[in-house]
Amino acid sequence: MSITPLHLLIYLAGISALVGLNAVILVWLERKVAGHMQFRYGPMEVGPHGLLQTLADGIKLVSKQLLVPNQADKPLFLMAPIVSLVPIFVAMMPLPLGETVQAWELNIGLLLIIALGLLNTLGILLAGWGSNNKYALLGGSRAVAQILAYKIPLLLCILTIIMMAGSFSLRDIALAQEDGWYVLYQPLLFIIYIVAITLETNRSPFDFSEAESELVAGFHTEYSGMGFSLFFLAEYSYMFIASALASILFLGGWQGPLLPGPVWSLIKLYAIIFLLMWFRWTFPRLRIDQMLSFGWKILLPVTLLNFLVTAGVLAL
Amino acid sequence: MSMAAPLTYTLEKRDNDNFTLNLGPQHPGTHGVLRVVLQMDGEYILHADPVLGYGHRMQEKIAENMTYLQCLPYVCRMDYLGAMSYNLAWVCAVERLCGFEVPERAEHIRVIATELNRMASHLLWWGAYLLDLGAFTPFLQAFTDREQILDILEYLTGSRLTYCYFRFGGLPDEVDDVFLERTMSFVNGFRKRLKNYHDLVTGNVIFHHRSKDVGVILPFDAAAYGLTGPILRGSGFAYDVRKQEPYAAYERFDFIVPTETSGDCLARYNVRMEEFVQSMNIIEQAVNTIPEGPVRSKVPKTIKPPRGEVAMAVETPRGELVIYIVSDGSKKPYRVKFRVPSFANLSVFARLARGQLLADALAILGSLDMVIPEVDR
Repeated sequence: MSITPLHLLIYLAGISALVGLNAVILVWLERKVAGHMQFRYGPMEVGPHGLLQTLADGIKLVSKQLLVPNQADKPLFLMAPIVSLVPIFVAMMPLPLGETVQAWELNIGLLLIIALGLLNTLGILLAGWGSNNKYALLGGSRAVAQILAYKIPLLLCILTIIMMAGSFSLRDIALAQEDGWYVLYQPLLFIIYIVAITLETNRSPFDFSEAESELVAGFHTEYSGMGFSLFFLAEYSYMFIASALASILFLGGWQGPLLPGPVWSLIKLYAIIFLLMWFRWTFPRLRIDQMLSFGWKILLPVTLLNFLVTAGVLAL
Repeated sequence: MSMAAPLTYTLEKRDNDNFTLNLGPQHPGTHGVLRVVLQMDGEYILHADPVLGYGHRMQEKIAENMTYLQCLPYVCRMDYLGAMSYNLAWVCAVERLCGFEVPERAEHIRVIATELNRMASHLLWWGAYLLDLGAFTPFLQAFTDREQILDILEYLTGSRLTYCYFRFGGLPDEVDDVFLERTMSFVNGFRKRLKNYHDLVTGNVIFHHRSKDVGVILPFDAAAYGLTGPILRGSGFAYDVRKQEPYAAYERFDFIVPTETSGDCLARYNVRMEEFVQSMNIIEQAVNTIPEGPVRSKVPKTIKPPRGEVAMAVETPRGELVIYIVSDGSKKPYRVKFRVPSFANLSVFARLARGQLLADALAILGSLDMVIPEVDR
């Protein structure tokens, strides 16, 4: 299917709405989940059960001044949040949320998403370097240090699934699970994948690049107003993409009884997002070196072994 | 490169890879206006230099210019989390100086209030330490329980944090049964809650990785640096002023001094968690055996101690507080010296932080349970 400019325009409008709405809901959900886990209500004032709280916060953030520190590298500083956010609009294209709900059926859709997902780290590094702040720089360098430790196990997870489905197309992978979800065949891989996307989305217990008790706010220490909110938009959108991938790779995507496909997609991916939130509000943070050795010494050998065993079983 | 001129750095290695990181005075990990100038090599700390005095208020000099009673509300401003212990130390010091008797009922209430305050302080430490480790929920869980203690103490004393409750010779007023009932119902509820705390945190693998063998204080160092309180007990010394030099009614109650031998953050954690249980035991005994009678003995309206000096040691939630008063026979003390636990406990931090990762250094600082106004005083 070729993409015309009109297609692109409709797609961009739709995806902007999705990114915005998703962030609004997730920020609200995060605060509600946190609240209820801590014996409190979370936001209650703006709208029913505080539903409009995020909108109010968004308006506040947009109306605030974006301060650029004196000695900062201004172009890099301003570019960083954009570098973080923009790839999302492309990465969401090959994502099927239903049998017919997909912007662009691409036979290497999975590769595209993985490649663009790496750009988030580039944005964090730029922010850390451009801010001319030592805490931000430490945050940026941590993000780069951890990327190899989780990306390779993550790729091996995905490679195993690709091997089972025999396709790089997300649609085909979802359709290949008609008889049984891959989570039933690869439960260990699913757990590793969830750990890896917790790392990918920079969330506790792996929120090293913004570890607030150590690095104040890490890479976004110097950001205010819109720059800050773009990072937030990016973070929550990456959560959306990573969870959508999880639901497609392991939970059969949109497939499910009774309810229409997109509803199943959203149920599955928001359940995974809830899991990520649950982690965040329960666990203490690991230390960066512990995480690196965990990634290299445990995740990598286990996924590699799993990959080889799966290949062997499939060859039989 | 050097940001603080008066400080001298002893660097093993001075090249372009090193940089100075100014931790504080405003930093989420220092819990107050503590500033630590760190010489870093990447994420590793080469040298840590605590810079004190942002909250210095000349408490000792202030005390010299006030009567003994006027000074009472001031002492608890030093350690605002363990204010009841400071109250107790001041009134006990003056009582010892003047030779006042204290009725038994008042002694019991003093112990109950001080132990409740100790639990509140440890609860805040528990939450804040885990916040330093990156877990946010325990902080608010601890606050939920701490709130109950503060409510009880507010009912008793009228204030929630910086109490001015004890009086020379006893208590200001009779204490009703409602206070005792609320205390007992809290203690009964908290025994179950403490199990929740252990379930949520103590068994957590990440927590163990972050606190075991981190910030080890050897027994020799613990003694050499003059550490006291749970930190000293975490390094193997069963030293607790409540046992060594009992004051108030502590000798009447049966409790143990929890100790650990490993001296790391986990040991200090375990000691404090066990102190919750011991505090509850003390409170239960004190409530069950509380005698009837007056709560205040007859003391003169104007406190004029005889010439002389007195040293009064009290176990605050953070360690040993010694109040040393020299009296010249007038209404005001001639000289007052506060030996505060946090100050001595902080002195070991620079040694512990050397060679550690930044994340560990903040965990160590959290495990030392600092109250910065007490350090600065």
